This record gives sequence, structure tokens and C-alpha cells, in this order.
Amino acid sequence: MKSAKSLSSFRLGGIHPPENKLSATSPILDLPLPALVTIPVTQNLGAPAKVIVKKGDAVLVGQIIAAAGGFVSANTHSSVSGTVAKITDEVDSSGYKRPTITIKVEGDDWIEGVDLSDALVTDLGLTNQEMMERIVTAGIVGLGGAAFPSHVKLTPPKGKSCDVLIINGVECEPYLTADHRLMLEQGAELIVGIKILMQLLNSSRAVIGIENNKRDAIKQLEQLLESESGIEVTPLKVQYPQGGEKQLINATIGKEVPAGALPIEVGAVVHNVGTIVAIYHAVMKGRPLVERIITVTGKKITKPANFRVRIGTPVSHLIEAVGGLPMGSGKVINGGPMMGRALTTLDAPVVKGSSGILVMDGSESIRREAVACIRCAKCIDSCPMGLAPYLLKIWGERSELERAEDELVMDCIECGSCSFTCPANLPLLDYIRLAKQGVGRMLRERSKS
Amino acid sequence: MNDLLFYSVSSLGGIGLASAGMLFVASKKFYLYQNPQIDQVRDVLPGANCGACSFAGCQSFAEEVVKRQDLSELNCPVGGADTAEGMAEILGVEVSIQQRSVALLKCNGHRLVAPPKVEYQGVSNCQVSHALFAGSSGCAFGCLGDGDCVTACDFSALAMDQIKGLPVVDYEKCTACGACVKACPRNLYELRPIGEQGELLFVACSNKERGNFAKKNCAVACIGCSKCVKSAAQQEVAVVDFLSYITPAADLEGIGVALSDGCPTGAIFALGIDGVKERDEKRKIIK
Repeated sequence: MKSAKSLSSFRLGGIHPPENKLSATSPILDLPLPALVTIPVTQNLGAPAKVIVKKGDAVLVGQIIAAAGGFVSANTHSSVSGTVAKITDEVDSSGYKRPTITIKVEGDDWIEGVDLSDALVTDLGLTNQEMMERIVTAGIVGLGGAAFPSHVKLTPPKGKSCDVLIINGVECEPYLTADHRLMLEQGAELIVGIKILMQLLNSSRAVIGIENNKRDAIKQLEQLLESESGIEVTPLKVQYPQGGEKQLINATIGKEVPAGALPIEVGAVVHNVGTIVAIYHAVMKGRPLVERIITVTGKKITKPANFRVRIGTPVSHLIEAVGGLPMGSGKVINGGPMMGRALTTLDAPVVKGSSGILVMDGSESIRREAVACIRCAKCIDSCPMGLAPYLLKIWGERSELERAEDELVMDCIECGSCSFTCPANLPLLDYIRLAKQGVGRMLRERSKS
Repeated sequence: MNDLLFYSVSSLGGIGLASAGMLFVASKKFYLYQNPQIDQVRDVLPGANCGACSFAGCQSFAEEVVKRQDLSELNCPVGGADTAEGMAEILGVEVSIQQRSVALLKCNGHRLVAPPKVEYQGVSNCQVSHALFAGSSGCAFGCLGDGDCVTACDFSALAMDQIKGLPVVDYEKCTACGACVKACPRNLYELRPIGEQGELLFVACSNKERGNFAKKNCAVACIGCSKCVKSAAQQEVAVVDFLSYITPAADLEGIGVALSDGCPTGAIFALGIDGVKERDEKRKIIK
């Protein structure tokens, strides 16, 4: 094990929030199926998917219920077997209504052609094209949170090549342990998945970046990789946001992605460990993305746990599984404490992009009163993208969008380090998001005209 | 002593004369003709530079007025009838005085009738909260109550009702400049003409959901029952997407009482119209 000093990290900024990895030692449990699942039709970034089932249809696990609506889009599958109860607009985690398909759960019968055994399959002799087809059919999206369709990332633009595949096992969000448990329990599948991706991307090198607070996972993967070549494990300094795509590239291979560019510009492609295991299941087992691992945690939760959950399971079902909401709970957050958003209803379903459910006590979830900025520059020091958050906040507040654009507001990764570190409790990120929305709208209008 | 006086007076006077000469030459040489009407028109404008006329400010509006020599398509809503008459006099043209307009809020879902289900602790800014969640009452169409419109109003015509958590329009002060229309991320404001006695008739709701869903979050929501359509002429009231809309052309005196008193949820506001019953909001308050 390397000493803490020699561990690599990203160049700029970063913070050290308390880790609180309460569920790190809880093995992944299979959550029993709920009575109803509400599956949002579109769970990916990009084009919306199109519903292809009707009310009253009988569906099997893994059956496509909404087809991808373009190249940058993904299929949505039924995660249970049963009957389509209704196709309506239902309230999602934000309170707004989105098109969803509600399925009455009647069993767990899978579609044909899915290998449900636990046996490790390392080679099926598939061609690259066959593998890509399987990934597209399985509706794989980035499980790290952004839910970007994975096949798009596996298709480098013309003239670009992937020199190094970077695997994101950082999990820098406090509290969350889903990826940690996945690496510990499904390391062998992960490595097969990495080989699939290396073959598809035609790259000879892969780097697994893991924060040094997951020593058991690092050790486990190093052991599994002893006889392999081309795949290396890089322990990284415990620092938030180590798992940001551009930060991880900087930390593992020392390159910096230019502003506004994609990682392929520096010859890198980044995938989350969860996504890679899902790709393994899709390619080697023919299994669509119908479940994911999710951490349910919180300081007052008696038994923080990691569950393997079917997509569409209501959050309330997860909270019941860990003993219900504790007294005095203030917020239930979808995601981690840094980037997650508070839920407005517990009926909201688990989607492909959900990585954790965090129950915060009323006393710790309070926003403290904002006071005047004292120009201490802590936000600038903490910003991993090298931006000036206090300034972006001002432009956002005043809707001075051109100035925000000049200050590169679109490079903000919304990690929340600035708001976390601000001694004046200023809502920096809220206004930066506002500025980003405005500038995004402005850029779209500009590209139209 | 006399010398000193002489030299200083003559040198300063000389500099002054020379500068005056230069300025005189410059003013003749670089003289640019500007229609004196522009200044006159600008003087009768309110000078708020609010942009309600869709020009950059009062000066550019005045330039456009003088250029066109016609007031049929140009209007300063803030200045109203006085300004229009003043401009017409300067230009020597006829003008039809437009009815005064005001902004009205198409939502009445305040805290007592649409009680909050979640507590929002973030920034008090409608655009931020609109992007973040549907609103504390759960209505995804209604007022968020963070007061972007109050901040935007240059004429102090909007104020936040601290108990109800809903902005209140002062129809006397409102100049229909449209700043609140632009500020509201949910498009809850509409400009429409107000009668001489302050008559207004409108549906104070923007919820496009089916009635049972709308009613779940707000007791005074329009449920799209179409009762109002039956008591008015076809071109006056229409229900689209479970939401009633009363056109500005509606005969306020004729249908106002029937519509306002007939609305089962009390979503229709009739102001300044004789014979309308006092609104009994206590009945609607959800405990």
C-alpha cells in the first residue's frame, strides 16, 4: 500500500466532507419486490423514450416497455413481471409529473434468453458489433448518476481514439457505499466487464480509480488482477469531488480535459463500476438493466444497508426495509449529501440514476442563514474546476448571462464544494445553476439563429 | 499691482474668448439636425425607461414616434391617456385613447387554501425554486411565492401578502409595463384592460390538470367543470386543458355575477362589478 502522501489527486480545489460511510460493511441484499412499480418512461439524458406497451398488457422482466427515441437515448425495460396497470403522468422526485408506466407485480418471470445463473462467463465469442447491440438493447446508461446512454460513450467520434479506459470506483460522495460493495462482491464480473469495454474501445490500458478509504476493495481487485495485464488499480486521495469525470482523469492519468470538451479529447473514456457490471450482465448474460444497487443510509437509520433494487420501486418501500423513517427526520435525499436533491414525496420511484437514499435528521438538514460575502475566496480555493463561484453567483442573481458565460459558468460540474465551504452560508450553487440554465438557453438560441 | 490684475484678467479672458470661438466653430461645423419634436415627445413620456413599449427606453421610443408620425401602433402603457394625448398634440395627429390595462395574477393558491406539503429552505427566488421542485403545495402550475415579480416591479404595484404567501396587485398603481409577466417563471401574469370603475373578470388559476388532481392540492383551483361556459356566450369563455379562460372581450357587467357566484371552487374573480357576492374564503380554508 502506498503511503497517503504519494496518493494522486486532482490538481485544483477540492474539499474534505465527513465520510460517514455507515453502510460500508453491509453486504448487498436483494430487496423483495413491491406490489406496484412505477417506471418512468425516460430515465436517460438525451432524447425521450417512446412507450410501446398498452394498459392491460402482460409484461415479463426485461421486456422493453419504452423504446429509445434516438441515438442518444436508451430503452426502458419492465423490472418485474405482471400487468401494465396504467400509463399516466406521475409525480417524480421533484414533484413535477413525468410520463410513467405503472406495473402491477405478479411475479418474477424473465424474458427468454437471459442467463440467470451466478456462474462467471468470461467469453462468448461475440463480435464487437454483437456486443454493442446487446448493450444498446439492454438500455445501459451511466449508473454513476448522470444516466448518459453508455453506447454513445463507447462510440468515439471519427478521428478520436481511446488510449485509456478509466473506471470510476471512487464514490467520493459521503454516505454512499453502493459502488464499494459492488467492487467487493462482484469484482470478477467487473474485470470481465472492463475487458469487454477495452475490446470495444480498442484500448490496451485501463485504470481503476478508487479512493483510499476503500482499502479492502483496492486489495481485492489487486488480487484478482495479479495475473492480468493492462488493467491497473490506482488508489486515490480521499478528496471530494475525486469521482468527477474531469477530476478523475486528472488524478489518474495526469491530463486535463479542455474547457467545454469531452474526455475523448485527451484519449480517455470514463465509466462507473456499476455501469461496467451492468454491461457485463448485458453482454455475457443477456440481461437488461432492470435493477441497480442503492445505499439506504442516514445517521438515525438503525441498519444502513445496500440493496439490489428493481427500477421503479418506490422510495417508501426502501425506507420501510431499513425500519421506516426515524423520528425527527428532516429531509430524504435522492443521491448523496453533496449532489443529491431532497425528495418532495416518498412515492417517487428508484430510477437508473439513483445511487442512494439518505435520510437526514431535522437538525443536520437545516440551511443556515446566509450573510454577506466577505471575499474570503474559500469558494475559489475549493472549486475543482478553477472557477470563481462568488462571481458566478452574482451574475446568476442579476441575470447577467453574457458575463457568466465569459466566466465559464458552463464548466461548473455542480459538485457543491463552494456552497459547502462558504463561511457566509451563501447559496452559491443555487444561483450558479440558475446562471447555467440561462446561459444554456442563450447558447441554444444562438446556435439556432 | 495693476499689472498683475491686467495680465490675469486679460490672459484668462483671452483663453475664454479663444475657447468660446472654438466651441462656436465646432457647433456650426458639426451641427446635426434633430427634430425638436423628439425632445418634446420625450418630455411628455413618464421617463421610467421601463421598456414596456418594447423599445430600449423613453428616448428611443420618442425617436420612433417622431419618425413614424403616427401613434396607431405605438403606445406607452405606463403614461396612459395623458401621455397619448400629449404626444398627439405635438405631432398634430389623432389618437384613439386605449383603455388602461393592468397585470393580473392567475393564481389564488395561497397558503390557507393550498397548504404547503413540503418545506422549502432554499433561496427565495422563483426561478431557482421553479427549477428545483413543483412548489410546496404540490401544484406545478401555481405561484411559488418567492416574489420575483415583487422585485421586478418598478412602480411598487406588487406586494407580498406575508400571511397568504401570494403577491397582491395594486390595480391603481399598476401601469401594465409587463415586468412581472417576464419575471414569472410560470407565466402567471396577464395584462388586460381594466374598466373605468376597476371592473375585472378573470379565472385566478393556471392549473391544467384534471379537476380531481388540481383539487387535491388547492381548494380554489379551476377544475374545468365548464359551468362558466354554460352561462356565457361562446366567444367569451372557453375551457382548454381543464382550465377556463375568460377573454378580455367578455361582457363583464352581463356575465360577471353569474360566473363569479356560479363557480363551484371560487376560481373566478369578479372585481368592481355590481351585485357580486362577497367572497367567503373561510369556507375554503383547509385545516
